[in-house]
Amino acid sequence: MIEIYDVSFYYPNKNIALKNINLRINSKEFVGILGENGAGKTTLAKCMNGLLRPQSGKILIDGEDISKYSVAQLSKKIGFVFQNSDHQIFAQSVEEEVKFGLKNFNFTKEEIHKRTEEILKNLNLFQYRNTIPFDLSGGEKKRVALASVLCLNPDILILDEPTIGQDSQQKKYLINLIDDLRDQGKTIIIITHDIEFASEYIPRIIVMGNGRIIADGPSNIITNNEFILERTNLILPQLSVLTKILKSSDKFKDFNGDQTDILNYYNELRRYI
Amino acid sequence: MEIINIKNLSFAYSSNPTKMILKDINLKINRGEFILLCGPTGCGKTTLIECLNGLIPHFHSGIFEGHVIIGDKDTRDYPVHEFSKYVGLLFQNPENQLVSMNVEKELSFALENFGINPIEIKARVNDVLKIMNIENIRYKAPYDLSGGQQQKVAIASILTLDPEIIIFDEPTSNLDPVGAMKILALISDLNKRYKKTIILIEHRLEMVLRYATKIIVMNDGKIISKGKTEEIIIEDILEKIGLRIPKSVILYKLLKKDGYNLENIPLTPEDLANYLLKLGG
Repeated sequence: MIEIYDVSFYYPNKNIALKNINLRINSKEFVGILGENGAGKTTLAKCMNGLLRPQSGKILIDGEDISKYSVAQLSKKIGFVFQNSDHQIFAQSVEEEVKFGLKNFNFTKEEIHKRTEEILKNLNLFQYRNTIPFDLSGGEKKRVALASVLCLNPDILILDEPTIGQDSQQKKYLINLIDDLRDQGKTIIIITHDIEFASEYIPRIIVMGNGRIIADGPSNIITNNEFILERTNLILPQLSVLTKILKSSDKFKDFNGDQTDILNYYNELRRYI
Repeated sequence: MEIINIKNLSFAYSSNPTKMILKDINLKINRGEFILLCGPTGCGKTTLIECLNGLIPHFHSGIFEGHVIIGDKDTRDYPVHEFSKYVGLLFQNPENQLVSMNVEKELSFALENFGINPIEIKARVNDVLKIMNIENIRYKAPYDLSGGQQQKVAIASILTLDPEIIIFDEPTSNLDPVGAMKILALISDLNKRYKKTIILIEHRLEMVLRYATKIIVMNDGKIISKGKTEEIIIEDILEKIGLRIPKSVILYKLLKKDGYNLENIPLTPEDLANYLLKLGG
């Protein structure tokens, strides 16, 4: 469980990036943090894994104040996959990239080998194990960065914009992977602009704007709320736009528009036409 | 009139010479088109566009077969800088592209390299600042700008050379949705008002459909489909190769299967809503 109390953060010479954040994310939860560029999403995530230390307030992970732990210590507990994988990847082969973290934590050779193979297969990267990561496509590089974090088996995983450059097949893999990780008891936090992805898959959404949390709730309520989204440069998902226009007419005024499944949506739509 | 003509193009990077990334591509692109280039991750989209300004084979070496002809120039016969006057290429991450201390210098950079006289440079920079509506950030440092502004500066720096073709590799994926829509509208404006030929790679089809005149679909190094936006977007193959089909198109296809005929293929939810409201009853 992550508990955040009154956290504020300032970058040197810059405006305040986080203002009095209070937030609780339970174990095994799957949450999305949404908001405009510069809203403070990544800053908040970096405070959670100790990369940034807030000037005021307190962050607890499983009841323990993280200010007394180093980033390295926290990295076994909370894994962070960066938005730009070029900032994270540096090894000469995909396999070496994944092994790097494990070696630093003194795992046995057999354990390193086993975990690396498993994770590469899981992420559909096994055929690239000897490839130089920089020769991979943008989407593939993102998966390498994810693999190198997952192999440390952290309880909490933060993914910064994991859907950028991924086609819908890869997004489905990502969702399957997240389902597996949740079955293993892990907490997943996704930072994203991808409102279509969020409305389809993420159950709880936290919306940030201008360094504050401006909304927090179930995704079907948040992603239909134009007022909230507008405040932070987000737009309604396609089906929400459609529902909104239809409902403004007499014919469709009672239309419900359940978006969790497109076929349900269609079946309801058919009753009105 | 075609401005790009690709004949029997195949390519493998020298680091992995047995893996062909592009396989016998044949393609003609006409002046003034707005092309949406799509396909699953790793299908060769970025490699293909790097062939269009000579980065391949001059900068990235490998096994290169076939011909890429821009205007009347074969990319193999001229150096890369020759093509930067015809083809502008813009990547996802503007940070990787911006080098100067302020926006004005950034925009002058390429022109100075081409030995253009200072009066002409000043005039072109002024024009471009106006086109992109960024006159207010002329003296700002690129790294102090927001992601959306940086992307505008990166586009502006390409416009200074006035290339006929501008290629965008996921230009908005790091921007929030409102920022992304603004940049896409701007790109559409370059196409409509300034008659630029646009090639754009984007996974979020729903954001681009309204602007694209044609779609080219790639899979596994080949072009598997190409044609008018309305014709390609309803092809079942797109779903099979794992592209995210916009919800308005999915609903259109379901409606069609059940015998409802809409006047046109809805490229936006607004279009679909209008058609649905007009359906009888």
